[in-house]
Amino acid sequence: MSAAAAGATLVHRADRVALVGDGDWTIDAMGRLDAQLQRLVRDLASGTAPVTIALSDVDRIDTSGAWLVHRTRRSLEAAGHPVNVQGLDHAQDVLVARVSESCFAKPLAPHPDMRWMRRELANLGDATLGVLDEITRLIGFLGAVSSAVALGLARPWRLRFTALQANIISTGLEALPIVGLMSFLIGMVLAFQGASQLTQFGAEIFTVNLLAISVLREIGVLMTAIIVAGRSGSAFTAQIGTMVVNEEVDAMRTLGLDPFEILVVPRVLALVIALPLLAFFANICGLVGGGLMCIFALGIPIDQFLEQLRSAASPTQLFVGLVKAPVFAFVIAVVGCRNGLRVQGDAASVGRLTTQAVVASIFLVIVIDAAFSIAFNFLGI
Amino acid sequence: MDSAAIRLQGIVNAFGRNVVHDQLDLTVRRGEILGLVGGSGSGKSVLLRTIVGLRAPQGGTVTVLGEDLYGVSPSRRRALQSRLGVLFQDGALFSSLTVRENIQVPLRERYRLKPRLLDELASVKLALVGLKPEAADQYPSELSGGMRKRAGLARALALDPEIVLLDEPTAGLDPIGAAAFDELVLTLQDAMALTVLMITHDVDSLVRITDRIAVLLDKRCTVDTLDALRSSSEPWLQDYFNGPRGRAATAAVVSER
Repeated sequence: MSAAAAGATLVHRADRVALVGDGDWTIDAMGRLDAQLQRLVRDLASGTAPVTIALSDVDRIDTSGAWLVHRTRRSLEAAGHPVNVQGLDHAQDVLVARVSESCFAKPLAPHPDMRWMRRELANLGDATLGVLDEITRLIGFLGAVSSAVALGLARPWRLRFTALQANIISTGLEALPIVGLMSFLIGMVLAFQGASQLTQFGAEIFTVNLLAISVLREIGVLMTAIIVAGRSGSAFTAQIGTMVVNEEVDAMRTLGLDPFEILVVPRVLALVIALPLLAFFANICGLVGGGLMCIFALGIPIDQFLEQLRSAASPTQLFVGLVKAPVFAFVIAVVGCRNGLRVQGDAASVGRLTTQAVVASIFLVIVIDAAFSIAFNFLGI
Repeated sequence: MDSAAIRLQGIVNAFGRNVVHDQLDLTVRRGEILGLVGGSGSGKSVLLRTIVGLRAPQGGTVTVLGEDLYGVSPSRRRALQSRLGVLFQDGALFSSLTVRENIQVPLRERYRLKPRLLDELASVKLALVGLKPEAADQYPSELSGGMRKRAGLARALALDPEIVLLDEPTAGLDPIGAAAFDELVLTLQDAMALTVLMITHDVDSLVRITDRIAVLLDKRCTVDTLDALRSSSEPWLQDYFNGPRGRAATAAVVSER
């Protein structure tokens, strides 16, 4: 392509000025040609000398070239010069005419460009209002879910047992390997780190207490909730969100089906059933992992380990941990379903809201866990 | 210069054991509007993907503007692809960008231009496809289906391609919008000397704007004028053009002439 040759020069004649174009006036030459033409127009300044835009040496012209022809003509005319354009062949003439007649009267407004201080403040304000708005909506949604679940429990024949069962399988049964493995490893790490500190005081045997209490009260259920939030909370948002994008949810409404009853209630109930079971499984795996570490790496005899475990792992500890599980499950499921139903129109929002659902539910799980700790502390449990 | 804009020779496309195209030949002449029709599952979209360089065929050659699309180096192929503009079915606009930014994407990618010139060029393209200036700063999700197609066309035209491929440009538009889109394609083709390959099911736009029609049938492709295809004895073509809808559409155009 001979785009390098593109250019324009001014030729002054007795009573008129010619703006002579050269080369290919195509997008390849646009950057230079644009600046050049602006300079030429400025050099001519205002006046009444007729200007001829002579383009017979221009080989090719595309829409961007046609735009420059039109813009140059328009600004010269605005400065007072009568302008005529010469030397285009028929096809080029059609193109320039088409661009001239269809282009907007005013240039597009430049991108909004606030000062950064103002912009940051505006963003902060927007974000704050967004969070407040979301909190009220979430509370509303919570109420709607609670009443739908209560209604479902009062009329169990209306519950979707197939959906419930499928959700228990996908959120519970299929999560067993990952939850088990994670808890097993965490148990091992806990035992090892605990022991390395406690041996300094000759209190190695209390590693078992440390293990039992931290796994049963906190780690087991918390790890499970976090894994489930990442695994199932995100899946809820993605599943429901995709259905919204496909207008499946709207289709349900028009068929007289309640999306709450069909999509939300089975998921919430399934997770409320599955998460405590998973957490119990996680407790066992954590204790087994830590126990193996105690017996094989730290050399605590197995009967001594079991004896110590029996005294440390009281039913209260187990209860204190597991009682949190249904609450976590409820929050994870509600946030997941809520974000799924918040999806609007485009597929991009499914991804964004899925990420948000995971972050929000993990955050809420940890906040609620802290609240439980404080409450148990006051109750002296 | 090769008189053909696109030349397909002996194209074979297959998914597993399901052969979609078998020794398919097709030539698109420079400056024509060629309609591409075929029943559902006859591989129209697959053929389009093959022509634009998204799917290498299992056999045969694709020659675009005189160059073997799948035979040249990847950088050469990208340069060649920038001379093709594609309008996907629903516009395929980048959803995180406004319409203006969508049109500017190919320009920014290939050239270093000043923001003002970028805005000017975007507004020229917007005006050409008949969108209002207000659409420039809207996101694709805020546009109607017809506007999304226009915006998609504006992006496809951003680099002034020599060939434009349209995948069902009038599907999902109301008759007024569809007719307006047909006129738009005609005027753009006239002004920019475009070669247009258009997949369509819309018999109205076939008879209104195409110069020739390619029919995908039995894994092959035959190209002819509308009149010749209508008088063909092939049953599928008979059903297509002389069925109730085809007859109404062609009759309307004949009486217009």
